[in-house]
Amino acid sequence: MPEVLKAPLVVEFPFTRSLGPVQSAFLTGLRERVVLGVRTGDGRVLVPPVEYDPVTAEEIRDLVEVAPTGTVTTWAWNPAPRRGQPLTTPFAWALVRLDGADTALLHALDAPGPDAVRTGLRVRVRWAAERTGTITDIACFEPYDGAPGEPAGHTGVFQDPVTGIVAPARLDYTYSPGRAQTAYINALSGRRTVGERCPACRKVYVPPRGACPTCGVATSEQVEVGPRGTVTTFCIVNIKAKNLDIEVPYVYAHIALDGADLALHGRIGGIPYDEVRMGLRVEPVWTEGARYPDHYRPTGEPDADYDTYKELL
Amino acid sequence: MTSAPPHREIAVVAFAQTGHRRTSDELSEVEMLMPVLHEVLDRTGLKTADIDFTCSGSSDYLAGRAFSFTLALDGVGAWPPISESHVEMDGAWALYEAWTKLLTGDADTALVYSYGKSSPGPVRDVLTRQLDPYYVAPLWPDSVALAALQAQALIDAGDTDEPALAAVAARNRESAAANPHAQLRGAVPQGDYLVRPLRTGDCPPIGDGAAAVILAAGDRARELCARPAWIRGIDHRTEAHGLGVRDLTDSPSTRLAAERAGAFERPVDTAELHAPFTTQEIVLRKALRLGDDVTVNPSGGALAANPIMAAGLIRVGEAAARIHRGDSDRALAHATSGPCLQQNLVAVLEGEAR
Repeated sequence: MPEVLKAPLVVEFPFTRSLGPVQSAFLTGLRERVVLGVRTGDGRVLVPPVEYDPVTAEEIRDLVEVAPTGTVTTWAWNPAPRRGQPLTTPFAWALVRLDGADTALLHALDAPGPDAVRTGLRVRVRWAAERTGTITDIACFEPYDGAPGEPAGHTGVFQDPVTGIVAPARLDYTYSPGRAQTAYINALSGRRTVGERCPACRKVYVPPRGACPTCGVATSEQVEVGPRGTVTTFCIVNIKAKNLDIEVPYVYAHIALDGADLALHGRIGGIPYDEVRMGLRVEPVWTEGARYPDHYRPTGEPDADYDTYKELL
Repeated sequence: MTSAPPHREIAVVAFAQTGHRRTSDELSEVEMLMPVLHEVLDRTGLKTADIDFTCSGSSDYLAGRAFSFTLALDGVGAWPPISESHVEMDGAWALYEAWTKLLTGDADTALVYSYGKSSPGPVRDVLTRQLDPYYVAPLWPDSVALAALQAQALIDAGDTDEPALAAVAARNRESAAANPHAQLRGAVPQGDYLVRPLRTGDCPPIGDGAAAVILAAGDRARELCARPAWIRGIDHRTEAHGLGVRDLTDSPSTRLAAERAGAFERPVDTAELHAPFTTQEIVLRKALRLGDDVTVNPSGGALAANPIMAAGLIRVGEAAARIHRGDSDRALAHATSGPCLQQNLVAVLEGEAR
């Protein structure tokens, strides 16, 4: 079996999230170097604060300032920081119960080594130099042996509150399309189109995915199809897609390649858009160095009879 | 409050799984899954068309592949149209959905499958995307780091120590020596700290794999399997998502799910626990009140093979398979999801008296 194809695949997206009143106050507070918690119906103070009591589900909005100093309740030494984590040098992850709070906040703790960290260690917030209203406005915690911080009793009302965050995410993958699609892509590089025939129903699938979606069995018999085919159905695209260098209007069609039992899709060119029709016979047009057909153009043959492609619509 | 007994008897009648491997990049997800689907159908003699309900569990984030569960449907032959559902969770939760479907009487048989290809992506980072997006995910705390926080809490509480954790790791992987599907079999070095106090030996392997089970109701189950593994109860519970709100040394959600599933009514002889980290087995044994007379993870558990999204369903399948073989009469299966045992499912399975 030839080696399967592999390629880097980066999935990257910025999530824009709006904040509720309690989250907004908390993150705005971080921007202003104030740590706020929220008081539950039974008097406990939750930091970080949530909008609903985790026990009773009651809506809670009673904001309480807590100290920027606290105590480590549990920790873990991270010898090899990963991308995106708060510090680039080895650090401890820690749950920290801030003075005045009843629950703990997760963050990084900057310490010289694991021997300098223990449960019960006293710590304080190290603020980020530039703060925008996100959890990373706390750069990290650091060991602290002074007196507990003194909250000023902030009410949680701020000028210009933060109402949303943008949370960027990036994950790096090595994508492999698997055996069947590797064979398809490799054949395309030789300007051939190959499908796979189902051993049970004998249908030829293009592009092949290694399984017959009707019978639920593996397919492996390769069958070369095309290069000519028939337009089974189409639409006229009138809106230009971003980053797409194709003039509108253009025609996007389902094309049943000769020998295939499933239509694939492609653009139709070489003919005015309003003359494309069901049954039109087409062939692929390859551009220099391309890895798949740029578009399909009319062959000049007579149109196919409807009965020859009606099962492939 | 006591729950009413189920109106229908429902059993796991067949189970199949892949050989779990560090990488399976020569196979697409459906290519990896299909042999398992065929095997589980072959065990019962059922055809796709005989299955009344199909339910699957998977996550697109693992392979970075959008809508992958729709492509996986190619493997079950979804034509003529089938009754189908999917959970973006471990397949154990898909099994729960299928069980409820059978309870309604709308279906007599169900196919449940799940799969995960972790090899294409950095799974420790990928799992950060399931965390609170406001306060936690922006810090990118990886799955091992969060488990390590739980581990330190347990050590501080005196519930375990490093030698005890090493013993958990060794026992599971020794058990896996008899499991041809496991990824890590036999002795594995405890290794260096990955995130202290967890060493590599305390952590699960990263791997790809799939699993499938067939459920059937009443007499249909007796026709399909010589000794069905009757599901006497299933329940699943979740805890607050804020890690700092929870007592990480305990798992009240597991205990409650077990109670509601009837696990404490009579002793079990076998427990398949979904404990990817050694420390989590300590927590679960306590929550489930498992004594030393209970055979825990004879398959090697998630420390020997942890195909994410399938590892929980495999626990149910392994427990059921022991009943099918006559190695167990009453078994508990547990599945977890989320950081530090956030969500937990417990099923109680029984074989009829022989």
